[in-house]
Amino acid sequence: MSNTNKVSLESRLSARRIFIDGIFRFFLLLSVTFALGFIFVIVYRLWRNAGWLLSWDLIKNFPSYDIDSAGFQSSITGSIWVVGVATLIALPIGALTALYLESFSNKKSKLQKLVELNIQNLAGVPAVVFGLIGLAFIARGPFSWGFTVGSAAMVIAMLILPVIIIITRESIRAVPPSFKEGALALGATPWQAVYRLVLPYAIPGTATGTILAVSRAIGESAPLLLLGALSFVTFNPTGLDSGFTILPLAIFKYASDSREEFQVLASAGSLILLAILFAMNLSAILLRDRTLRKRNV
Amino acid sequence: MTLGTGVNTQQVSLAPSAHLRRRMGYQKAMIAVMVAATLVSVFVTVGIVVSLLPTTFKLLSEITTQLFGTVWAPLFTPPQFGIVPLITGTTMIVVIGMLIGVPFGLAAAIFLSDYATFNVRRIVKPILEILAGIPTVVLGLFGLYILNPELIEKYWPIGDPLAYTGIGAGIMTGILIIPIVASVADDALSSVPRAMREAAYALGATKREVAVKIVFTAGLSGVVAALILAFARAFGETTIALMVAGSYPKLTANPGDPMQTMASFIGFAGIGDAEVGSNAYNTIFLVGSLLFFTTLIFNILGNRFIARFREAYE
Repeated sequence: MSNTNKVSLESRLSARRIFIDGIFRFFLLLSVTFALGFIFVIVYRLWRNAGWLLSWDLIKNFPSYDIDSAGFQSSITGSIWVVGVATLIALPIGALTALYLESFSNKKSKLQKLVELNIQNLAGVPAVVFGLIGLAFIARGPFSWGFTVGSAAMVIAMLILPVIIIITRESIRAVPPSFKEGALALGATPWQAVYRLVLPYAIPGTATGTILAVSRAIGESAPLLLLGALSFVTFNPTGLDSGFTILPLAIFKYASDSREEFQVLASAGSLILLAILFAMNLSAILLRDRTLRKRNV
Repeated sequence: MTLGTGVNTQQVSLAPSAHLRRRMGYQKAMIAVMVAATLVSVFVTVGIVVSLLPTTFKLLSEITTQLFGTVWAPLFTPPQFGIVPLITGTTMIVVIGMLIGVPFGLAAAIFLSDYATFNVRRIVKPILEILAGIPTVVLGLFGLYILNPELIEKYWPIGDPLAYTGIGAGIMTGILIIPIVASVADDALSSVPRAMREAAYALGATKREVAVKIVFTAGLSGVVAALILAFARAFGETTIALMVAGSYPKLTANPGDPMQTMASFIGFAGIGDAEVGSNAYNTIFLVGSLLFFTTLIFNILGNRFIARFREAYE
């Protein structure tokens, strides 16, 4: 008698638990679908708004208030200039920093802890604050470089430096220690071991991370608002001292005008920006997959 | 004896050769270069602090008493420096952002760590990374062109929402932080040892019970870290707030109104090439200091929590 009671109680309880489990799973799936589906909603709405405008002319033309002849050439070249130079600055500095922190410095020292904490926090500083240091020291103040490609590249370099350091450190850490140990046993100096064995092995991981960091930098708009990039630029940058605008801010510029045709232009610019970033993300993902597969076999 | 001296001479020749000395010298030079590179990131931080503080203190000493007023109009004559509207605007947008971003982000994290199969995970993770890579200017555009006019203007029950709304900016900020919450929390939940899950299953727990009561609890410090870092990100977001909530620092409790955040004020006032020493110039550094030090505190806290779960499980 007590036995049957127990059994029926248990089965009722577990039915309830299974039911709750099902509901929970349903909500999880719903949330994830919503979050991921949002990407498609954005792309679809931009496409409906401006897909018909996409053409090579849109990429080749310079900005204009006339929708038929307007394009994004100067902002695309501006973005390439700024982010390209920034990467040339930040990548070597970041890679050397990562090498030092992973392979040479005394990991237990207080100083190292402080430097690591600093890098971590630098990665979390709001982007717009980098615009402020750019304004105070680079565009004005000591450097007085003005609102130029060079100033902007230095600001973006500061922005991506901590990210590059963190990513490179992770890929250096993933190198099997036996690589370095073997080289040292054969009489290599620590630098030779690191430079010839550890670094090459860490390159694919670093490259993947750098592509992701750079694609973030291409989409970044806030810090360069402060460096005069929100302007109507009808020429391509010719060098570091040249004036410039960037693609996200060209979009912003069109968006700050409420006329219908500018909405279309801003949406079309967003489609171009997204296409560039998706391509970069995809190449990063493929690179990572390929490296992983090569190493697992 | 002779053998002994032979060994001795051999040992002498083991002293560093010219070649080895050259290699060691090269290494020393490279280490110096690496140290110099490492110092750059320290200089950047010092540079930020040095660029912010003098201007901040100078302006603060002039306007201390006005700071707690309720009108923010530093660019007008006469300027008014009541920062309360900026703080309420920032709080409103960040809170709405967290209300949207945290549930979705945590759901994604639990899904990835305990529900997704290996192959599903391999597809979902990169898509989340793509979501994380959508530029804020595009999210802002979506808020401005679609969310505000099509949903909020039509259906928001309080007041009469116009082109710029705080709630629109909050929602887009929420979408911005979904992938941040998801990836940090997923790292934490995934690093909870399998043995704990298996022990719970062996005691008859269901999947949800394992995911929520065991894994989520065990990874709680990582989840807290995710929330703190997401908060810091939302707090410093400039472009979305500027595009969707506008640039009118209205002191309001209605999320359907336009409003300004600290970050979007910097973006707004910085657009017009502010002259060094002007009010516009000084105030963006004052607000920048507030922004920098607040996010600094939250980032330090967040990274502490991350270190804690790493210590516990890795």
